[in-house]
Amino acid sequence: MYAAEAVILTIITASTPLLLAAIGELVTERAGVLNLGVEGMMIMGAVCGFIAAFLSGSAMFGVLAGLSAGVAMSMIFAFLTQTLMTSQMATGLALTLFGLGLSGLIGESFTGQPGVKLAALAMPSLSTIPFLGPVLFGHDILVYLSLGLTAAVAYVLFRTRLGLIIIAVGGNHHSAHALGYNVIRVRYACIAFGGACSGLAGTYLSLAYTSQWIENMSAGRGWIALALVVFATWMPKRVLIGAYLFGTVWIMGLYVQGLGVPIPSQLLSSLPYLVTIAALIIISGNRMITKVNTPACIGQPFSPER
Amino acid sequence: MILLLERRTAPSATLTFLSPILAIGITAIIGGIIFSALGLDPFKVLYLYFVEPLTSLWSIEEVIVKAAPLILIGVGLSVCFSANVWNIGAEGQLTVGALFGSAIPVYFTGWQSPSVLILMLMLGAVGGAVFAAIPALLKTRFNANEILTSLMLVYVAQLLLDWMVRGPWRDPQGYNFPQSVPFEGWQLLPTLGDGRVHVGALLAVVAAIILFFMMNQSLRGFEIRVIGSAPRAGAFAGFEEKRVIWFCFLLSGALAGLAGLCEVAGPSGQLQPTISPGYGFTAIIVAFLGRLNPVGVIFAGILLAISYLGGEAVQVEFNISNKSAQVFQGILLFLILACDTLIHYRIKIGASVVKLR
Amino acid sequence: MKNLLGSVALALTIIVTLGTPSAADKLKVGFIYVGPIGDHGWSYQHDQGRLAVEKELGDKVETVFVEKVAYGPDAERAITRLARQNAGLIFTTSFGFMKPTLKVAEKFPKVKFEHATGYKRSKNVASYNARFYEGRYINGQIAAKMSKSGIAGYIASFPIPEVVMGINSFILGAQTINPDFKLKVVWVNSWFDPGKEADAAKVLIGQGADILTQHTDSTAAMQIANEKGVYAFGQASDMIKFGPKAQLTAIINNWAPYYIERTKAVLNGNWKSVASWKGLTAGTVKMAAYTNMPEDVAKMAADTEAKITNGTLHPFAGPIYKQDGTLAVPAGKNIDDGPLLGMNWYVKGVDGQLPK
Repeated sequence: MYAAEAVILTIITASTPLLLAAIGELVTERAGVLNLGVEGMMIMGAVCGFIAAFLSGSAMFGVLAGLSAGVAMSMIFAFLTQTLMTSQMATGLALTLFGLGLSGLIGESFTGQPGVKLAALAMPSLSTIPFLGPVLFGHDILVYLSLGLTAAVAYVLFRTRLGLIIIAVGGNHHSAHALGYNVIRVRYACIAFGGACSGLAGTYLSLAYTSQWIENMSAGRGWIALALVVFATWMPKRVLIGAYLFGTVWIMGLYVQGLGVPIPSQLLSSLPYLVTIAALIIISGNRMITKVNTPACIGQPFSPER
Repeated sequence: MILLLERRTAPSATLTFLSPILAIGITAIIGGIIFSALGLDPFKVLYLYFVEPLTSLWSIEEVIVKAAPLILIGVGLSVCFSANVWNIGAEGQLTVGALFGSAIPVYFTGWQSPSVLILMLMLGAVGGAVFAAIPALLKTRFNANEILTSLMLVYVAQLLLDWMVRGPWRDPQGYNFPQSVPFEGWQLLPTLGDGRVHVGALLAVVAAIILFFMMNQSLRGFEIRVIGSAPRAGAFAGFEEKRVIWFCFLLSGALAGLAGLCEVAGPSGQLQPTISPGYGFTAIIVAFLGRLNPVGVIFAGILLAISYLGGEAVQVEFNISNKSAQVFQGILLFLILACDTLIHYRIKIGASVVKLR
Repeated sequence: MKNLLGSVALALTIIVTLGTPSAADKLKVGFIYVGPIGDHGWSYQHDQGRLAVEKELGDKVETVFVEKVAYGPDAERAITRLARQNAGLIFTTSFGFMKPTLKVAEKFPKVKFEHATGYKRSKNVASYNARFYEGRYINGQIAAKMSKSGIAGYIASFPIPEVVMGINSFILGAQTINPDFKLKVVWVNSWFDPGKEADAAKVLIGQGADILTQHTDSTAAMQIANEKGVYAFGQASDMIKFGPKAQLTAIINNWAPYYIERTKAVLNGNWKSVASWKGLTAGTVKMAAYTNMPEDVAKMAADTEAKITNGTLHPFAGPIYKQDGTLAVPAGKNIDDGPLLGMNWYVKGVDGQLPK
């Protein structure tokens, strides 16, 4: 197989979970809610997806289970922050902790077992085209879903009434409420969407990236996804760029090592994080961009009579 | 039928007192249910978790050893979070503090005197503060979100430590294994008796008390709390947000760095690729559990340390993942947050509200 | 009220029961693992050793284990916990447990400790290791025979002597078949990270490697190899389940004989601290069945295995040249254990530089 083809395929695999989680969180944040529990939702998606697929033999069943787990986790967050108006920051962190702990607990006996692999979509004639075939057509459904969701979110947010409502709720929840929109309900829905996407991202890790379950296998990807949303100034297409940029830097680090170049592996491993910081500085430093796109009400609880 | 929150005229005093107890109680019940579902005897598990760690001197010592860094970092973070400055990178500051402080035993291996210890502690604090200055700078100068910058820097710090310990600072007598020279004599923290409780525990309590008075009795503390809850009011009063951000980051960074150095010069005795099992992150939970009050952090730290020890005991006894401790911690935090709402709001179950449109 | 009394009574009963010392008939043997036993690699094999001890000596011993023990103060606590629970023999199965083991051993002079892959001992601490490099040599020969591209990919963890000697042994074996055999090394800086290992595997395959080998603990690379249609070597355990079409053989860490031997020594009262480093000859290292290869390659591998086992062939037999050209081992001699344990140089023929 061509080296370039292999590299591109690996980059796609590395970037997909980031993209899935980030696009979900983007919608949540656009509605004015900061959910720091992405890592917790993702890991629960991974373990539930793995267990469901392992026990049933069906990867698709696993995908559904992972998605549901993400939604369920996000509902804990939603209830606490929207109905009980707890601090979003603290609740999100608690959700991450809870998710990491619970997943370790229930996944204990499934550690390291060979699992079910999410198969590539069968597109026989198309995927045999040299180079373009495997790169464009040889992926599993979650890869295409990640790209499709990004496009769908971009469309819905900026070209439909639903999208305008979401942005309004995130931009000025008092005005939105005055206009008669049910702020809490919109936020619940967006949080659920974010949970579903994080759950899918986790499922991708345990069914496609590798077909195993290991404790902590999300390895900080939830936090990277959060960074990507800020990096993308809450614009879906930029999330796509960010996720793939991070994935590329990550894979190139390994690639460079394989070439025998004598750069310390730790430096190469730290590049993705340094690049993210650099990107954050550049984006945030430009106050115009951030001012225009930051959901103004992010992180603030909404209460009708306030 | 929906839940309505009605604001109380004044925060409920009984609930302020009761809420931590209520939260712990409900957590124990939920935990008991989860363990029953896993087929284990809930009473035995809860006993191992919360009572057994306190039944032997060795165990109590271990609780203190575990709680010390949590409290030291947690009090710094409680000040930070009170100001709405979200330092999530304490783990990285801890690492860099340990690196700075360890420079002395590595480069001046034979140097022995009490001043070595003092210098190491100071360097630890300086290292942590220097590393915390990065997100502070990025926030004040470029408005970069400090949650993300401080978090990304954690990974960078850990990789830096890894490289140092495998490369330039590797013990030449160590058969190429990734570890620094072992610290000797005055380079190690003095301990209580021949146990493992070290001076770090004392530093933690002292720090908590000092910060408690600072937050409640000094102008600086007032400034921090105002900037945290009402930044615009603070601006009118002449409080500068940037100064508060710098102060909070440098303070929490210094404390985290100190904690890192204490871990390395205390229980570990040398630099290794991993020096902390996530204390910087757990301390975030400790800060919240302590309700962002430095004295509360002491209790929260001890409680969390007990739960960690309990998790390990349960792992040995029942062979369930020691991650069960984190399940407890997560639930506890959920409940504390929920109970906090009850302090300010009364819950009413109301009929459906008539919609305007 | 009745329930409250009942709970209090229950609690008191529990306190009393747990506080009572257990019957001291059986020897308690403790095991400390660095990873999960579900890694199907390093820690899994140690646990297999534990199970073998139970099977063989079950009437005289009971075993207990703690997995996923992190390096640092937590390790010391875990070891101490087992010692306080009256364990008579404790196996600590990772290099990073060396210092904590020595510390705890000082405090519990009557307990015997066995530390894996370390280099320090004391009166009640023995150390043990296995000559995995013997298996690597065989792997290298098989790789050179089976590879069409002449390039193998090595997924390595950390540049410690243990890992470096494995790399060198592999290439030395390969060079006996193909003097120009190439080796690409990727350092994942972790013993156990399936995601990273999978990535490294894909990258190496993309760079032309059609044989994969690893010094990391998960089965991810084997799974990738199976998917992508290349060959791979299992590490620490037989990974054929994860790579039915891919696995050529695996180096199996067989700790059972050593564990049983040492447990018996404690039972008989003649345990002494030793430094044990056995390999194929003693059965501490075993090779999985030679699969997915033609008859003649399997025969060659079996021959080499036999030769190493009976001592006629040593993987590090001279002349061996370092990457920089200097002579490390003169012709006609075998390398000594010392230079092996401190190995920090590549053999001539390895691409790239050893991270310093």
